Amino acid sequence: MDRNPLSHERLDRDQISTWEDVGGRFTVGTALEIDGLIEAGIEGADVFLAATSGDNTNLVISQVAKRRFEVPRVVVRVSDPARASWYSEQGLHTICPTQVAIDQVEQAMLAP
Amino acid sequence: MYVIIAGAGKVGWNLARELIEKDCEVTLIESNHDRFRVVEEELEYAVQFGDASELWVLERAGIQRADLVVAATGDDEDNILICQMAKEKYGCQRIVARVNNPRNHVTFKLLGIQPAVSATDLILRLIEHEVPEYGLVHLLALEEEHLEIIEFEVPATADAAGKRVQDLDLPDGALVISIIRGNSGFVPKADTVIDIADTVMLILDPGLEAEVTTQFMPSGPAA
Repeated sequence: MDRNPLSHERLDRDQISTWEDVGGRFTVGTALEIDGLIEAGIEGADVFLAATSGDNTNLVISQVAKRRFEVPRVVVRVSDPARASWYSEQGLHTICPTQVAIDQVEQAMLAP
Repeated sequence: MYVIIAGAGKVGWNLARELIEKDCEVTLIESNHDRFRVVEEELEYAVQFGDASELWVLERAGIQRADLVVAATGDDEDNILICQMAKEKYGCQRIVARVNNPRNHVTFKLLGIQPAVSATDLILRLIEHEVPEYGLVHLLALEEEHLEIIEFEVPATADAAGKRVQDLDLPDGALVISIIRGNSGFVPKADTVIDIADTVMLILDPGLEAEVTTQFMPSGPAA
């Protein structure tokens, strides 16, 4: 699901078969629109991944997915390490690319 | 009282002004630098630059000692997050959130962000209040307490017109608390007679509106 209809094109680029041919689905909409989430089939989803560029959007919709639609597995991308760590303490499965990068850089610098 | 307001748009800035006038201590937080500069000219130290959904920005503003946090940015997700963190991370007792898109109201409710104020809803309430044909007016919904207060203007052909309060056919859980006649209101007794054009206020359990409405709507064929 993406708010930009043109994002769909990216899915087919350099691929032999189209996104739909391999069984993919695509819904245009902003994620906070409940109707859009339902159209995308959130009611039957096993996993929900919130990976938009907005931390706050991700944190809000993942809570909606969990509490309202009771999706069994919800994963959230959060760029800000402080917010990521607090929300993960609150029971959200957050992934913080910034923290991952920091850890890797640290490892690279400190490795013998 | 110490109030933190997130977002120095038209809502946030004017709210800050009003509260400062009422002798509140106010910190306004604005993330757009140009806007911040403009507001700073007037409010000086009462406005801070930063993204209010970042923890360190809230902490710099002194959220630990805030009595009230108002999230008034133009972004509903931000408002939800700011209020959620204020309440659950920093234990702020009172929050108020602005709802920009009324369709997001359910999400505020779902995540326990109350009260959530939407301009669209407020204008709709005013329309209901100003246009008597609308009949029932919701004055206040105490959702946590499961009570609401409503008012009616009594039309000439209503069942209630000319009846004593005790003779009204009201369901259990509905009570007349006040009558406004002319320009003054009073608390009615059981034998107070309801006049045409009185404004009657009731407190009731949610869900009783329809039953109560029949007493105060014009009876007989519609005009």
